[in-house]
Amino acid sequence: MFGKLTLSAIPYTNPIIMGAVAFMLICALVILGAITYLGKWKYLWTEWLTSVDHKKIGIMYLVLASIMLLRGFADAIMMRVQQALAYGSNMGYLPPGHFDQVFSAHGTIMIFFMAMPFIIGLMNCILPLQLGARDVAFPLMNNLSFWLTAAGAVLVNLSLAVGNFSHAGWLGFAPLSELHYSPGVGVDYWIWALQISGIGTTLTGVNFIATILKMRAPGMTLMRMPIFAWTSLCTNILIVAAFPLLTVTLGLLTMDRYLGMHFFTNSLGGDPMMYINLIWIWGHPEVYILMLPLFGVYSEVVPTFSGKRLFGYTSMVYATMAIALLSLIVWLHHFFTMGNGANVNTFFGITTMIIAVPTGVKIFNWLLTMYRGRVRFEAPMLWTIGFLITFTIGGMSGVLLAEPPADFVLHNSLFLVAHFHNVIIGGVVFGVFAGISYWAPKIFGFRLNERLGRAAFWCWFIGFYVAFMPLYALGLMGATRRMDHYDVAAWHPLFIVAAVGAAIIFAGVILQVAQVVVSIRQREQTRDLTGDPWNGRTLEWSIPSPAPAYNFARIPVVRERDAFWDMKQRGVDLKSSTFVPIHMPRNKAAGFIVAGFAFVVAFAMIWHIWWMAIVGLAGVIGTLIRHAFDDDRDYHFGADEVRRVEGLHGRVQARSV
Amino acid sequence: MKRNLWSRFRRFLPLPATLLLAGCHMALLDPAGPIGAAERSVLFTATGLMLLVVVPVIVLAIVIPWRYRASNTKAEYQPEWSHSNKIEAVMWSIPIAIVTVLAVICWRTSHELDPFRPIPSTHKPVRIEAVAMDWKWLFIYPGHNVATVNEIALPVGVPVVFHITSATVMNSFFIPRLGSQIYAMANMQTADNLVASVPGTYRGISANFSGGGFSGMTFKVKAMSESDYQQWLARVGSSTRTLDAKEYLALDRPSSNVPVSYYGHVNPDLFGQILMGKLAAGRADVLAATTVTSGAKTGALRRD
Repeated sequence: MFGKLTLSAIPYTNPIIMGAVAFMLICALVILGAITYLGKWKYLWTEWLTSVDHKKIGIMYLVLASIMLLRGFADAIMMRVQQALAYGSNMGYLPPGHFDQVFSAHGTIMIFFMAMPFIIGLMNCILPLQLGARDVAFPLMNNLSFWLTAAGAVLVNLSLAVGNFSHAGWLGFAPLSELHYSPGVGVDYWIWALQISGIGTTLTGVNFIATILKMRAPGMTLMRMPIFAWTSLCTNILIVAAFPLLTVTLGLLTMDRYLGMHFFTNSLGGDPMMYINLIWIWGHPEVYILMLPLFGVYSEVVPTFSGKRLFGYTSMVYATMAIALLSLIVWLHHFFTMGNGANVNTFFGITTMIIAVPTGVKIFNWLLTMYRGRVRFEAPMLWTIGFLITFTIGGMSGVLLAEPPADFVLHNSLFLVAHFHNVIIGGVVFGVFAGISYWAPKIFGFRLNERLGRAAFWCWFIGFYVAFMPLYALGLMGATRRMDHYDVAAWHPLFIVAAVGAAIIFAGVILQVAQVVVSIRQREQTRDLTGDPWNGRTLEWSIPSPAPAYNFARIPVVRERDAFWDMKQRGVDLKSSTFVPIHMPRNKAAGFIVAGFAFVVAFAMIWHIWWMAIVGLAGVIGTLIRHAFDDDRDYHFGADEVRRVEGLHGRVQARSV
Repeated sequence: MKRNLWSRFRRFLPLPATLLLAGCHMALLDPAGPIGAAERSVLFTATGLMLLVVVPVIVLAIVIPWRYRASNTKAEYQPEWSHSNKIEAVMWSIPIAIVTVLAVICWRTSHELDPFRPIPSTHKPVRIEAVAMDWKWLFIYPGHNVATVNEIALPVGVPVVFHITSATVMNSFFIPRLGSQIYAMANMQTADNLVASVPGTYRGISANFSGGGFSGMTFKVKAMSESDYQQWLARVGSSTRTLDAKEYLALDRPSSNVPVSYYGHVNPDLFGQILMGKLAAGRADVLAATTVTSGAKTGALRRD
């Protein structure tokens, strides 16, 4: 009846896991109780969960990413504590099987459920506003994408309480992830969580490509788009190019595990090397899918806070496209040590190094944008300068790893771990924080607390160096990654230093939680009444904060790059006297319901509950068909209502009679 | 002139490394053989070249925003200046120049240091067959028909060619102080050509995560004189244990932190049989019933 699922799947004998589960349950109960107490269920359902408004979906992505950042960070702390303890006769507090799940969950969560939702959330919140559009191309699909991602995130967390998670690393390398070596449900949780959220991400890619290509304001040619729109375009093209490959690779692994096939097994003609190739042909573009939008964020922050036009716009665009293209032909540098032969290694080594060229150009561009500017050191700019310094170091260690002979000794070492945290924390995470503090007034309507934001920056910045510089050294000392225990005395002090670094970052995280709380409580003092708190340059700053449901009461006409800056130079009046009704998409529950059924399918497949999988699948298809016959999809935001909302922001001009 | 400057510069490259070495032991920066030494020099040269641009960039990333801070109204302010062909030409050329040099190094050293490439020497290379198992290393000396678990000896100055496979998932055969690692994969054979030039005992590891007992999958590498090496071989050969198919299957059961053991006799075709998958391990439920022999760690290790 319930497949492999029995009560014994709940690990109630393990105090660490049960503690975490209890904590999560209490948090969930408190939140659900609060919603019930405040009577907000209907509001939540009609205004948020079923919303097709890109701004609200964006905020939901940011909330999901923030929660998963806390979860992934808890895993990081667990690992650092284990490695600080587990030297010599001390085995630490985590047995190998548990430690392996922790690092697998950490990587999976941080990439798929922290970094991805953050960048997609930022794109959702800002991109249509920058383009002068009223929504994304496919609003309901946008909602579905979010809920598919959220369903994946719930699955990963559910694996903590029911069953276990994969122990095979964040990429589930075969043959370790094959049934023979991983007979439990852990790898299945990993597969289905990624499969569902990956489909959501592919849909996002389709959605944003269509939005960017088809929905720009009149006059906004491609070469007048803000850089964030350019980098988002490249990212979404990469998503559409690469994510189907993840879907297929996971599908093949699923067939191996469920149907006894042999794509990647050791035996009967399976080829694990094929898995490593396929997963990295997706995996390397993925790195740039994460990084490119943040290059866009920095390219928005630097000119704004330097009061100066971005230096070398054209170079920036070509550099971005070059990176996107090159990112598709470098995957083999993840396994120079597989024995590919010198010619193959050289090819991929050199293509990898070439990426350093456009990336270097970008760094120079940002430096030259600040040059002869008027630099204001508010939180977004601090994160950006922190990025410039940190990312340069990470880029250097990356190019070093691209030399195959250097990689022969550094591959899979803690040097590598230090390298990719150097670029992902220094590049992606700092960029996300820069973007959130920069766009917070537009997204939420008020600025985030500046003092706590700066304090959090310094904790992250210093904590990063204390936590990861020792890992570079450990890598050079011959320490490999993913060890739950070691017996080399010289490593021990460095692991302790790294744990101290993690604690400093933890302080930064706590400050950020405090920043959110304090900012919400002080929102009346920091409310953005102008719509343009930073003297911005792009169209999102031309409308009130937070953006009204319809974004633009009047679609702007673009004549220049930095369209809003140009308007301010020309003294364009943002007030309007005549308003027209605005055509809007209606909120729909279909996205939530489809994702809910997809979750049921995934859960049923993980536990081999075949009837339930069939029910779930029927639910997915049935809901989609039902939605196809739903004609009540849109409404008009009346002219008077637009006038009222614009009036609240002082944007109505008295009619000249 | 330029060359002169470069060679002068090169002399100072190892300096920071030497300082670091004084603090703690950097296995990769203190190689015990020419392969590791050549790889270290790639590491130093590439790092040195990149520092030429990385250091100025980091300095500029601090100096420029400070010099042009909003409160410094004396600094020049050109809000519309955003393009300069000359500067952009330089901006693209600098990284292109550095990457060109790095690419040449990449081409040259990838071929020279390809792990499959035999090391030129007047000595006949020692052949050692290495098998990654759950979670220990089996080594076979085919010329001598002896085998060991988690320990190898090599004569100093004589090239060693490792023929590597796996009886289980992917692992990576790696002796940090000698250089180059290479994957160990089931039903496939990779090779690693190494040579030790300094006598000593070195750590060997698997550098690719392979499951629960992975951390305890270490082995000892003893580099010794030719005569000591012969004595060591004789000692291994004097062991009364024989590694036949039955003994192999017993060894194949998952275990971690496995003590060193010697086999005086070994089926000469054992490596070939493992390679062909003829001695493939049993099913997962057989593995599940296995216990571990280990110094510090006790209890059941399972594959799940």
